[in-house]
Amino acid sequence: MIAEAGLAALWLAAALALMQLAIAAIGVRRVMAEPDFQTELSGHLLAAVRPVAIVQGVLALLAMVLLITVFVRTDMSVLLVAENSHSEKPLLYKFAGAWGNHEGSMLLWVTILGVAGAAVAIFERSLARATLIATLGAQAMIALGFYAFLLFSSNPFTRLDPAPVDGQGLNPLLQDPGLAFHPPTLYIGYVGISVAFSFAVGALVTRDVGPAFARAMRPWVLGAWIFLTLGITAGSYWAYYELGWGGWWFWDPVENASLMPWLAATALLHSVTVLATRDGLRAWTIMLAVVAFSMSMIGTFLVRSGILTSVHAFAVDPERGSFILALLAIYIGGALLLFAARVGTVRAGNTFDLVSREGALVANNLLLSVILGIVLIGTLYPIIAAGFGTQLSVGPPFFNKAAGPVALLLVAIMAAGPLLRWRRDEAKALVARMAIPIAATVVALAGFLIFAPGIDLLPLLGLALAAGLAAASVAPLWGRNLRRTPLFTYGMVISHLGIAVSLAGMASDSAFTQATLVAARVGEPQRVGPYSVTLDGIAPVIGPNWSALEAHLSARRGSGAAIQLRPQARFFSNPVTSTSESAIATMLDGQLYTVIGQPDGAGRWQLRLWWKPFVTLIWAGGALIALGGVLSLLGRWLRERRARGREAEA
Amino acid sequence: MRLWLPLLAFAALLAVVATALYKPADRAVHSALVGQPLPAFRTEPLLAGRPGVASAADGKPRLINVYASWCLPCIAEAPQLMRLKAAGVRIDGIAVRDTPEAMRQFLARNGDPYAAIGADKDGAVQLALGSSGVPETFLVDGRGHILDQHIGDIRADEVDGILKTLGQAR
Repeated sequence: MIAEAGLAALWLAAALALMQLAIAAIGVRRVMAEPDFQTELSGHLLAAVRPVAIVQGVLALLAMVLLITVFVRTDMSVLLVAENSHSEKPLLYKFAGAWGNHEGSMLLWVTILGVAGAAVAIFERSLARATLIATLGAQAMIALGFYAFLLFSSNPFTRLDPAPVDGQGLNPLLQDPGLAFHPPTLYIGYVGISVAFSFAVGALVTRDVGPAFARAMRPWVLGAWIFLTLGITAGSYWAYYELGWGGWWFWDPVENASLMPWLAATALLHSVTVLATRDGLRAWTIMLAVVAFSMSMIGTFLVRSGILTSVHAFAVDPERGSFILALLAIYIGGALLLFAARVGTVRAGNTFDLVSREGALVANNLLLSVILGIVLIGTLYPIIAAGFGTQLSVGPPFFNKAAGPVALLLVAIMAAGPLLRWRRDEAKALVARMAIPIAATVVALAGFLIFAPGIDLLPLLGLALAAGLAAASVAPLWGRNLRRTPLFTYGMVISHLGIAVSLAGMASDSAFTQATLVAARVGEPQRVGPYSVTLDGIAPVIGPNWSALEAHLSARRGSGAAIQLRPQARFFSNPVTSTSESAIATMLDGQLYTVIGQPDGAGRWQLRLWWKPFVTLIWAGGALIALGGVLSLLGRWLRERRARGREAEA
Repeated sequence: MRLWLPLLAFAALLAVVATALYKPADRAVHSALVGQPLPAFRTEPLLAGRPGVASAADGKPRLINVYASWCLPCIAEAPQLMRLKAAGVRIDGIAVRDTPEAMRQFLARNGDPYAAIGADKDGAVQLALGSSGVPETFLVDGRGHILDQHIGDIRADEVDGILKTLGQAR
């Protein structure tokens, strides 16, 4: 019964999305011609567009809740549950198992989309009526495509008759608290960008591209960007401790699939600020919104179609792949067609000098676009090469060499940007304001050259620029009354500081990491960095669905107390998999990372040890970047609420 | 015209991913040994009365089948090897970590296509050949050069391809 109710909710939601699209398509012309158009029957119909969007969101949410219910109750008569769950699974994984599979994750996608559409309908007050209607129409069109995908090719509520006694269980590698949060976080990010895209399409339809539109779109971009930042940061740490390879970023296609929307959203975030504050960069902002959404669709496509080889090994499925590809072609192709046809008629915005806040933001956008291009080409190149009969993979050497220098240039611009005035500024005055950051960069550069010679060029520049950026990012607060400084300025300061912190962690990891691979006998101490690590013994351990060999390691620094580490080599019986569970000791100045490998048959064990100074800064920086986003969002919201309060009084 | 460029770029992108979707890329990792001479090796006979296998070429193409009596896919592969033998192909077997007793039972049950069977007691020959599991089959031409390394069991629809490759090598 529950599954049928879920399917019914999904059909109803799809029908409402169709209705929402139809009303918007008919209504938007009338409202454009006559903004207060309200009188006839069709006027009443028009007033229905908001409630329809809200109910559609509620129905999608209901379908998701019902799917979670059948998972929590482990209803084996539902095919999806039988394929992906097991009665013995802990409750958290029954819950998260609802989206740990293709159908469930696509339902989560439309649920977030529907709820976001409802939120636009409820909270959006500042946008012109016609643009809002067009935006909700675009939103309905996106939702409709995904409803069709779910109902016709990925129905999560399909029944299984007769019901099996128990299910097939969830891939043991996915039984990690990370699964419960990682996909929803990224999906909220992807879908938030779809709202920005709908705004852009709405504004193109009504030719209403201006500061009011930018202010309405900005919170959505910012919110999506915060979730993408969190999702990428958490995903990176998850890969770091779970894979046991000691690395934190592998340029894996699916990692790139989440990085590309983030790069586009970061660019969009900055260009939408220019549009909101200075009414510049109109066409470019629209273009970026389209690019950002196409990157998240391509991300979904790459993940779901399985056309690229990746650690995220999803099955290759041409039918589902074609469906997403068709949606991609319709939405992005349609938006670009609209862009080409319409943007010429959007009035040009304000202009500005090269040396100005806007100039720095444009440079930021261009450099982010270059990095985005590098990542996109690197990710898709194996496909292009396969078309010419060559088999190859593009790995870290390409990405690091190509994107690294551009990223460092971007950091330099980022340091200067917030210290520039809007519209026009003097290069000389900028240099004066940048005196302390430049000094910090030079001092750091000299310090590392003298005290730690032999660092590669890129990490060296990274460390020096991180020092400079850290100084520059707090510079906008100098000489200001800190209590009267708006919250969104703090947001910018903290986000930029987060980039400096993260950059310092990345550079430190690649410059100072010490690694050793040894065949260790019990009792023999091994040196890595400042630590002496001794293998005290190996003991077997039995888990719920795995067995493991656990190494007992004690690590000592100088004459300090010993730290105990317990890395495991785990063997899962069903399906047969072996995994390395690394053991990590986090210190103030870095992490000791240990992995146990194979025995050599003569009483020695393979041990991999890493000493990674300040590597934790990478994820601490990521958290700071997201925190800055939250403060900025909160600051804008408070300011708008105050402004509305003043309007109400007047 | 300028404004249409993004649409054109997007169309190109779409074409690239669509090709990948409908023409799945070849993900097989091709052996670096293909085209190279067989690495030198020599094995003792596993069964009395039948010779062992060595890398030396005698001017005729052959298959070198790395297998074992304890390997289930090798049983699935046996009918295809019998067909190849019937087509006149010489098949040399390298039995990995096997015993004469177990091998005799295996051959009695699944058929015996082997002209020679070498014993690879500790897997050293398998390692020398760059083979990572059983069954694996090397197609070798008359000069002792490797034409192809077939990983996994030979399926029924792959027999003709193997005959063709060997036929061209003659």
